[in-house]
Amino acid sequence: MEERVDTFPRCLLHHAKVRPGHPAVREKDLGIWQTWTWGEVAAEVRALACGLAAEGFKRGMHLAINGDNRPRLYWSMAAAQALGGIPVPMYQDAPAADITYVLNDAEIAFAVVEDQEQVDKMQEAQPQVATLSHIYYDDPRGLRNYRNVTSFDRLQEIGREFDRAHPGFYEAEIAKGSPDDVAIMLYTSGTTGRPKGVCQAHSALISAAQGGIAFDHLTADESILSYLPMAWVGDNLFSYAQAMVAGFTINCPESGDTVMTDLREIGPTYYFAPPRVFENLLTQVMIRMEDAGAIKRALFHRFMKVAKACGAEVLDGQPVPLSDRLQYWLGNVLVYAPLRNVLGMSRIRVAYTAGAAIGPDLFRFYRSIGVNLKQLYGSTETCAYVCLQPDRGVKFDTVGLPAPGVEVKIGESGEVLVKGPMLLKEYYKRPDATAESIDAEGYFHTGDAGLFDAGGQLKIIDRAKDVGKLADGAMFAPNYIENKLKFFPHIKEAVAFGHGRGMVCAFINIDVGSVGNWAERRGLAYSGYTDLAQKAEVYGLIRECVEQVNAELATEGELAESQIHRFLILHKELDPDDDELTRTRKVRRGFVAEKYGVLVDAMYGGLASQHIETLVRFEDGRTNMVAADLRIEDARTLAAQPLKAA
Amino acid sequence: MDTAQRTIGAPVLKLDNISLSFGGVKALSDISFDVREHEIRAIIGPNGAGKSSMLNVINGVYRPQKGTITFRGAVRRDMDPHDAAAHGIARTFQNIALFRGMSVLDNIMTGRNLKMHASFLEQAIWVGRARREELENRAKVEEVIDFLEIQHIRKIPVGRLPYGLQKRVELARALAAEPTMLLLDEPMAGMNVEEKQDMCRFVLDVNEQYGTTIVLIEHDMGVVMDISDRVVVLDYGKKIGDGPPDEIRSNQAVIDAYLGVAH
Repeated sequence: MEERVDTFPRCLLHHAKVRPGHPAVREKDLGIWQTWTWGEVAAEVRALACGLAAEGFKRGMHLAINGDNRPRLYWSMAAAQALGGIPVPMYQDAPAADITYVLNDAEIAFAVVEDQEQVDKMQEAQPQVATLSHIYYDDPRGLRNYRNVTSFDRLQEIGREFDRAHPGFYEAEIAKGSPDDVAIMLYTSGTTGRPKGVCQAHSALISAAQGGIAFDHLTADESILSYLPMAWVGDNLFSYAQAMVAGFTINCPESGDTVMTDLREIGPTYYFAPPRVFENLLTQVMIRMEDAGAIKRALFHRFMKVAKACGAEVLDGQPVPLSDRLQYWLGNVLVYAPLRNVLGMSRIRVAYTAGAAIGPDLFRFYRSIGVNLKQLYGSTETCAYVCLQPDRGVKFDTVGLPAPGVEVKIGESGEVLVKGPMLLKEYYKRPDATAESIDAEGYFHTGDAGLFDAGGQLKIIDRAKDVGKLADGAMFAPNYIENKLKFFPHIKEAVAFGHGRGMVCAFINIDVGSVGNWAERRGLAYSGYTDLAQKAEVYGLIRECVEQVNAELATEGELAESQIHRFLILHKELDPDDDELTRTRKVRRGFVAEKYGVLVDAMYGGLASQHIETLVRFEDGRTNMVAADLRIEDARTLAAQPLKAA
Repeated sequence: MDTAQRTIGAPVLKLDNISLSFGGVKALSDISFDVREHEIRAIIGPNGAGKSSMLNVINGVYRPQKGTITFRGAVRRDMDPHDAAAHGIARTFQNIALFRGMSVLDNIMTGRNLKMHASFLEQAIWVGRARREELENRAKVEEVIDFLEIQHIRKIPVGRLPYGLQKRVELARALAAEPTMLLLDEPMAGMNVEEKQDMCRFVLDVNEQYGTTIVLIEHDMGVVMDISDRVVVLDYGKKIGDGPPDEIRSNQAVIDAYLGVAH
């Protein structure tokens, strides 16, 4: 009889049989990397699943999971699936109020969480969540005197007893599972309105995982660092679905702050990160290079020039003159290889970025030093699997070719429509939303505006609903402008306004690490973010960036009208805790426009400064008022230039 | 959360009629109080009240001219610093006393000094006992690192760290000695609100998890009132109050000392 490997619990059993001694999970604990093999993971999950069953967890129930990427939390996902339940991973930094909504929406009764912090949040939410009855924790620290919570170890003990008393129960539960069952429910980040639960079936995730594995020739020998929020579809596809299908190793970092070190120690072969992670890494490298000795600095700049000139071509296997090739070889020995090593990227075969636009310079930098960084396109509803860039077909402004098994077309309004086995089953309890996003022909409406380029690769311009018009009718794509601004290392966030207005204005958030370092090197004293942001010198620095963006926009046809006329630097960093960003750090433009309405009015009213007071919420929930007088400055704009012939 | 299950035991340290003077300056005069097992005991008072002197008497840096110290049943005239450490008393300092050029890990390892018995030669060539001890002690140190959440700075020289983290490293070094009594000299001085909160949490966690008795000196009244079980108040070297935080808060002598009295 052929073994069916069509649900995640069956994948787990399969690997435990085929490669029982192969490392499945590593975690750095007390300074040492601990390893669990597939055989051991299968036993852990079995004990856990039996424990949950003994405690009353039933087929079809939801299991809340909240915490950093810990092996035991991944095992909890597998355990819930083994019983026909549905794991619901949550954003670990969300405050109790946000969690309450999800707990109620998903009617959570059982929750497995990481530590005291998460237990506190669950217990805070409990009075408003009638269903929540069982809370389990991984790390016992500080929880000694808590009531009504159970440790993970105890749960597994209960499970082992239950397993002995009910032989064959676990196997029977797995046998009951069907590939069409919902495997996981992920909540959308909610740029608009309340988050919706996206139900993904085993078959959808497994087909997306198989497609990606075949596309990039992944094997069981890959090693990946699992450090992105478990509630994000990207982590789910790469750290869970693909690992479960291919049987490769996932590595859990020691803590959120040690990711850089852990990355270096593990040296993953396969890597996935949103652009901001690549950006932070590069910023750190650049800051350290500025502080390095003169010889090192000269070497670095000398060979980065070489890399810029021919690095990407060498990686793509394109013809490169022999002299360049020799210089690149020397640069590789002296600079690029050591640099890749510092970044923890020595062993990387394939790296992906997605989730937001990546700056061309940033993208080229990694490719030019020999890191095979590519882009992909997808969303929670499509298992992060719609388009992938093939090796040797990488462009910075596209997101790649339709992935194997996926159909992509552009709708009449310019919206990207997709169809394939990886589509969501439904939005939880929201048939209206499901019907709205999947049309009669089975195409999912992504809500992104895009087009295909000459090579057949998809290019995403903006969110379809965000594309607006200026007062004179010219197209206004705020994301496009904001991304251009954010490509500068000094600018962390930007919010562009212009829909229905005569001109474009922008809010800027400076990157306090990068601008702070810049200020230090100039001997510019400052007391904190608010103070630094309002320095005349900093305004000068940012004005240069804005004017450079204007110069680029001036050459882009219709978008020339979108040049930024006025800007200001905000007195506080936009933050998800203040609802200004989503948990995945996307700007909630409408909310920001409303909250800072006085500032928008001041910009359009031609004022040179404006006083503002804002309530700031700290991570522990306390609030504080921040007041400042913000300068508003003008930026030079250029006359529109004719489109350059390509 | 409730920490009511933590049971405070009998007095482990008793100070009777302690007087200490430097030449003509009377730093402490006739002070008596006790510290009970597993409790958090705070010593507060305005600048120059004699708080640090008191702590230095407890761990044997200063020898009082008068009075007796009873520690775990043994009555003595004064403590000896080495003896104090060997009996499970560890401390941190008001102005951080770490090895600035050494890594965080190495600094904390020095807290294990008393637990290592290998000879100089054994340590130099790292064989036998030295090797085994180092591995055992490193494991202990890693537990402390995990406890205080400083994994990310493990290999960084202490001198490069911000002040708040240095304070945490100092606490880590004291904890590495597995003390039964911990003396903290202004653990939150110079910290911002967030760092203070973290430090409070760590102090409470140490007390709860390891049952360590804690004697702390602190300037920040809010902190003291929140985390300590009993408070001693000193002013100009004299004891002017002793009791639970609520009692101290309404003690007129304390209010006068802190806010000043109209003359």
